[in-house]
Amino acid sequence: MTPLASAPGPVIPNFGGGPSSFACERANRLFCSDWVSANWSTVLWPALRQHIVLTLIAVAIGFAISTALALLAYRRRWLERPVLVVTSVLYTIPSLALFELLEPLPGLGLSRTTAEVALVSYTLLILFRNTLTGLREVPDEVRDAAAGMGMGPVQTLVRVELPLALPAIIAGLRIATVTVISLATVAALIDNEGLGVPILTAISNEVFKTELIAAGALAVALALAADGLLVIAQRLLTPWARVAAR
Amino acid sequence: MNTTNTAQSEGPESFPQAATLELRHVSKEYPGGRGPAIVDLSLSVGAGEVCVLVGPSGSGKTTALRLINRMIPLTAGDILLGGRSVLDREPTELRREIGYVIQQIGLFPHQTVAENVATVPRLLGWEKPRITARVDELLHLTGLDPDEIGPRYPAQLSGGQRQRVGVARALAADPPLMLMDEPFGAIDPITRGHLQDEFLRLQESVRKTVVFVTHDIDEAIKMGDRIAILREGGRLAQYDTPEKLLTEPADDFVAEFVGADRALKRLGLATLRDIELLVPNGAVPAGRVTRGTTVRDALSQLLAQGGRPLEVIGEQGEVAGIVTLELLGGLLG
Repeated sequence: MTPLASAPGPVIPNFGGGPSSFACERANRLFCSDWVSANWSTVLWPALRQHIVLTLIAVAIGFAISTALALLAYRRRWLERPVLVVTSVLYTIPSLALFELLEPLPGLGLSRTTAEVALVSYTLLILFRNTLTGLREVPDEVRDAAAGMGMGPVQTLVRVELPLALPAIIAGLRIATVTVISLATVAALIDNEGLGVPILTAISNEVFKTELIAAGALAVALALAADGLLVIAQRLLTPWARVAAR
Repeated sequence: MNTTNTAQSEGPESFPQAATLELRHVSKEYPGGRGPAIVDLSLSVGAGEVCVLVGPSGSGKTTALRLINRMIPLTAGDILLGGRSVLDREPTELRREIGYVIQQIGLFPHQTVAENVATVPRLLGWEKPRITARVDELLHLTGLDPDEIGPRYPAQLSGGQRQRVGVARALAADPPLMLMDEPFGAIDPITRGHLQDEFLRLQESVRKTVVFVTHDIDEAIKMGDRIAILREGGRLAQYDTPEKLLTEPADDFVAEFVGADRALKRLGLATLRDIELLVPNGAVPAGRVTRGTTVRDALSQLLAQGGRPLEVIGEQGEVAGIVTLELLGGLLG
C-alpha cells in the first residue's frame, strides 16, 4: 500500500515503547487490525473494563442522589426549582472545563474521585427530572384509590407510585448511562484510565490512528450494549407498559 | 331487609357483614373560604341499606362521601360506623374496612386484575391461598371469568369490565360499608343499565351498607333504599324512600329535582309482578311483556301499540294475564 500523501516516507509511530512490528502499522493504514489483536489484552480490554467500572459507579451514585432528591421534591414541591437550577448549571458546564475546575480542589486532584464527581454531576439533571416527572404522572385517581383502600404514604410509594414511574426512571437511566459512557472518555485527562487513554494516545500521535478508532468503536459498542440491556430490563420489569401501548 | 346483620361471613378475622352508619351534624368548610361545602348534615343508614346521595354539582355529595372514610377531615360533627366514631380510628385501618369505588375506578395499571382485587386482603396480611380463593370468588360474583380476566392488565379490559373489577376490589375484604362515588358515571347508558342491575343483584346476596353518590335522579331512584337529596351549599333537602320522594316532595327544590315526570318515575319502581293483571278475554294482544317489566316500560309499550292490550308472560312462560291502559291509569289515581 502507498503511504499517506503527506507523509514523507514510512513514519514509525512510537507508542508505549518499542519499535513498530506490524506491516499495516508501518504502512500507515488508517486501521491496523493486527495491532488491535496484539494489543487487545494489554491495552484495549483493560481500558474497556475501567470504562465500565467508571460508568457503573457514576450512574449508581447519580441514581442514588437524584432519586433521593426526586422523592424529596415530590413531597415538598418548593424543592423542585432549586434542585433543577443547580443540576442544570452542573449539566451545562463543558466537561473539559469541569474536569479542570475540579482538579485543584483539595482531596480531588488527578484521581478517579475527581472523574467520578464530574461524571455524577452530569447524570443528576436527567435522572432527577425523569424520576420526578414519572412520579407526578401517576394518575390522581390511582393515588386516590390507593389511599382510599388504606395504603399509607410509604406503601403507596413503594407499591404504586414507584412501579408506575419505572418507565420514566429507566428512560432517564438510558440517557444518563449513554452520556456518562461518552463523557468518561474525556475523564482520561485527569484520571489515567478508561477508553479515553488510547484515544488520547492516538490524538498525540500524528499518523497512527488505530487506537482512536478501536477505542472509539468500543465506546460506541458499550453505549449500545448498555442501552440494550436497559431496554431489556424495562421490558422485564414493566410488562404492563407494553400492553397499555397497544 | 333493613335489619342489622352482624353475621361473620369470612371467618373470625373478618368484619361484620354490614354496619350501621350515622352522620351527626356533620359540617365541612374548606380553608380558603368559598363558603361551607356541607352544613349540619345528619343521616342514618341502616345496616344492609343502600343510601343514595344525590344533588346538583356543588351540593357536597362527594365531599360527604369522602368525609366518611376520612379522605378529607371533618370540620364539625361526628360520623359513627357500627356505633363507633370514625374519628377514633386510624385512617388507614378504617379505610381497609370500607369498600371504595370511584368514577375513574383507579385500578392500578401495573397490576393484573387478580392483583388489583387482592389489594386490601394483602394489606390485611391474609394468607396467600385465602387471597387466591377470595379473588376467584369475587370475580365470579361480579360476572368475570377468573382464568380469563384474572391475569389481564386493566388496559386490556372494556369500560364495563373495569368497573366490575373496581367493585370486586372494593368488596375483597368483605367490608361492612361500601362507598361508591358515581361508580357508573363514565359508562355508556346501555352498559350502565346492566351494571346497575348487576349491582342490585349482587347487593341481594352480599347485603352491604352502601353509600352511593350520583347526580342522576333516575339512578338514585333505581339504586336507593333511601335517598338523600342535597341542595347547593351542602344542605339536606329531604331524606326519604324513593316512593316518598316522588309522592311527597318536601319542597319546590325537591319537586323540581325529582322532575315533572315523577308520576312516571313512580311507575318505574314497580313491576307487573306487583299489580293485579286482568284475565285474558280472548282478544288478540298487541304484544307481549314479561312480569319482570316495570310498570313504566309496560305503559310505554302500551302507548307504542296505540293503547291496545298487552299479554303478560309469567316465569314459566305461561300467560299470566293482560295489561291495558285503563288498568295502569287506575294506578296513577
